[in-house]
Amino acid sequence: MAKSEAGRTGKDIRSDCWVAIETASSGGLSLEIRSKVESMYGTSFRQTVEDGLNLFSIENARVEIEDKGALPFTIMARLETAVRRLGDPVEKQFLPDMAAQCTYTTTRDRMRRSRLYLPGNDPKLSVNAGIHKPDGVILDLEDSVHPSEKDAARLMVRNALRQVDFMGAERMVRINQGDLGLLDLEFVIPHNVHVVLIPKVESPDQVKAVDGKIQEIRKAGKVKAEVFLMPIVESALGAIKAYEIATASPNNVALTIGLEDYTADIGTRRTAKGRESFWARSQVVNAARAAGIQPIDTVFSDVSDMEGLRASVIEAKSLGFDGKGCIHPRQIQVIHEAFAPTDAEIDRTTKVVLAFEDAQAKGLGVVSLGSKMIDPPVVKRALHTVDLAIAVGKLKGNWRDEQ
Amino acid sequence: MSADKGLVENAAGRLVPTVVNGKEQVPFAGVAKHKPSGARAAPSLASCADFPADGNKVVKDLKTALKAAGLKDGMTISTHHHLRNGDFVANMVFDAVSEMGIKDTMWFPSASFPCHSHNIQHLDSGVIHHIEGSMNGPLGEYCSRGKMRGLGVLRSHGGRYQAVQDGEVHIDIAVIAAPTSDAFGNSNGLTGPAACGLLGFALADSQYADKVIVITDNLIPFPCIPWQIQGNYVDHVVVVDKIGDREKIVSGTTKITRSPDRLLIAELTARFVREAGIMKDGFSFQGGAGGTALAFAIYLRGMMKEAGVKARFVRGGSTRYLVEMLEEGLTDYILDGQTFDLEGVRSMGENPGHVWTSPFTSYNYHGKGNFASQVDAVVLGATEVDVNFNANVVTHSDGKLLHGIGGWQNCLFSRCTILPIPSFRDRIPVLVDEVTTLCGPGELIDVIVTERGIAINPLRKDLLDAVKGSDLPIRDIRDIKADVERICGGAPQKPRFEDKVVAAIKWVDGTVIDSVRQISG
Repeated sequence: MAKSEAGRTGKDIRSDCWVAIETASSGGLSLEIRSKVESMYGTSFRQTVEDGLNLFSIENARVEIEDKGALPFTIMARLETAVRRLGDPVEKQFLPDMAAQCTYTTTRDRMRRSRLYLPGNDPKLSVNAGIHKPDGVILDLEDSVHPSEKDAARLMVRNALRQVDFMGAERMVRINQGDLGLLDLEFVIPHNVHVVLIPKVESPDQVKAVDGKIQEIRKAGKVKAEVFLMPIVESALGAIKAYEIATASPNNVALTIGLEDYTADIGTRRTAKGRESFWARSQVVNAARAAGIQPIDTVFSDVSDMEGLRASVIEAKSLGFDGKGCIHPRQIQVIHEAFAPTDAEIDRTTKVVLAFEDAQAKGLGVVSLGSKMIDPPVVKRALHTVDLAIAVGKLKGNWRDEQ
Repeated sequence: MSADKGLVENAAGRLVPTVVNGKEQVPFAGVAKHKPSGARAAPSLASCADFPADGNKVVKDLKTALKAAGLKDGMTISTHHHLRNGDFVANMVFDAVSEMGIKDTMWFPSASFPCHSHNIQHLDSGVIHHIEGSMNGPLGEYCSRGKMRGLGVLRSHGGRYQAVQDGEVHIDIAVIAAPTSDAFGNSNGLTGPAACGLLGFALADSQYADKVIVITDNLIPFPCIPWQIQGNYVDHVVVVDKIGDREKIVSGTTKITRSPDRLLIAELTARFVREAGIMKDGFSFQGGAGGTALAFAIYLRGMMKEAGVKARFVRGGSTRYLVEMLEEGLTDYILDGQTFDLEGVRSMGENPGHVWTSPFTSYNYHGKGNFASQVDAVVLGATEVDVNFNANVVTHSDGKLLHGIGGWQNCLFSRCTILPIPSFRDRIPVLVDEVTTLCGPGELIDVIVTERGIAINPLRKDLLDAVKGSDLPIRDIRDIKADVERICGGAPQKPRFEDKVVAAIKWVDGTVIDSVRQISG
């Protein structure tokens, strides 16, 4: 006989539910479901709960649920969490279907201008994250999840990965530190995670441990798609070791920095001007560039200050960063606009690209524009700039025709 | 009347009662099909000789006024909603009616708010027989549970004027809450502790009711200028301590939505208006005070500034944001139906370009034309929209009556009617196969803007062509609905209803477009 509960209810809770289970030795199942969508989805709700209890072979129990309009994947996660919290070892997982909208892939060099953090245990925020068109979404299992809810968040994130259409955004998960993070991987890796963010990295070994675990899970689960890594530098030691971290795994695609923890670690506070973190940020940019991966800047956390955000992105861009973290969907557009090339940059880079293509067509080894010779890294950068300009609509996909 | 008298299928395929509260009904025949003939209704003739020569119509209290107005069992009493959820008057009136021992009255509010749930006791006790007017929140629930003796009748603001003007509803006594009045009964909403802006919703009542009582907490010496309500229509004036709770009448500051999803919908809506070529010099649009409508106006204002475009007029409900547009010269006029915040009230009092309108000028079916059809773009809400663009504003998907129609049906006649709505809320689909209650026929609804894309009514080929080549996410409404059903776990079950009809939904011409049934359980 055991009791457990999971999920949330209350006046201000939406799109979530609360589940309580009390097992018994006999008497069969008794379900008490109070749902605000009873008249629309009452039958389907009951079916979901019965399927779950059946999967976990729970035959005698009293189950009470208070529902505030939870979507099916949320109901399934909450029910499974409650079952796991009964205490007996559970082998099976109560998985929603893998939606066709969740199977798209990523590429190593894709644009990563914006990444939107989504608290892993809050289903309400993830469902519509994709409509705001971030380059990436981060389902967070670490700082935004209370230590007592880590088990619940893991299942919620797993189910979101199988059901929520992020509409082309790169699907990232930030795992916890240490062993807890390795356990997180078991639950999420089989469900088309594109990038794993590793928090508080101070040595290449941490990256290797995560990478090793991922390869193990991929092999066992026959996961074909590669899973990329983005280590987060958040301490003085991490900043010192940035290059070793950036080169720790061939699966690293970006290196980023978390300034809240970093500034505390060096014994100061984060300021608007950011002089205290100038060295660390430049260190991350240089380490990433040296390793051939993308340097990505920290999160801008004042959601009401759009001009501050814009200035911060322009500064990040000038330092060499390719991307910025955000915690509110309205920040995304500002970030994309600020990373967008200026008209003068577009003018110059399109000329470079045309000159390069012209040289290629003529079989010339050397690219020149006017009287100046253009080096290959400049061409590569120009192609990237043109992509950025197209992405924000400042340049048409068929711009060559209009030249 | 009882609902089992028989229902007929109307032109929209909906089953509607043929008799409502003892009156024969015309089923909805299609848009612009029903044109009643005959003469306008009129109140009984008055003689100025019967009124005090000094112009002082103030009586001791409300009961004295009601008695002098000849209050009897079964009479129709009207009130108005310009004091919104801060209104004390409608409750005061039925408390007085109850104390006078009167029964079976019909309450004919221009709208009701949650503050009026106070009057549920008077429905229970028999003082009020039934309500014809919007029933919000608790009153809607009361009606939906089949507790009201008569049928609820829901009309638009224009439809209310139509019903009064063609005699479908005869008002015995109108009680008008006036933020400022003189002893003759001239009144306005511009000043006084309960200032609300304008009193347009009470205009028809002042002209067509047999007896008119003005109730105020700010009596000033004759003349009360401007007289939005003319004292020549008024029988009695009553002075009380307070007619409303200022805090709940207008908001000090109007708040824009902070929901990122709704902001996105508002921005997409503004972009649509721009890309479709509607936003051009001399155009017009209707704002609103709902979070999304407000944000739409703010985005559009930014785009107008950027493009150097100026509007000829903007239709209110006015707010600080519309007032700023007027003061910045982005529009020549605000044609206002109601003011939602203090800035709106101030502007209306000061600015000759901020003009008050009434349901007569804007919406009335028996007018010789109206303003609503001259507006280039209108944004409105809805609780449900179906794949044929039919929309519902009065019930939720669980079948419960929760909102009034307001000016919603009347505004559908604009040149481009846009509904910016989320495609689902929590696990409640907004896009459905068929609306629970039909309030607006799809042929009048042009564009649905959701967080998952914009659906244009196939009837509007011109709009489809206008946005061709833009980068707006234009989609088939059925595709967006399919997304919603995937997310919510299939199509929703239909709500279960009892057979009993509890309310009739009127179309703008007085025909019955749909009925609402008692909910089960």
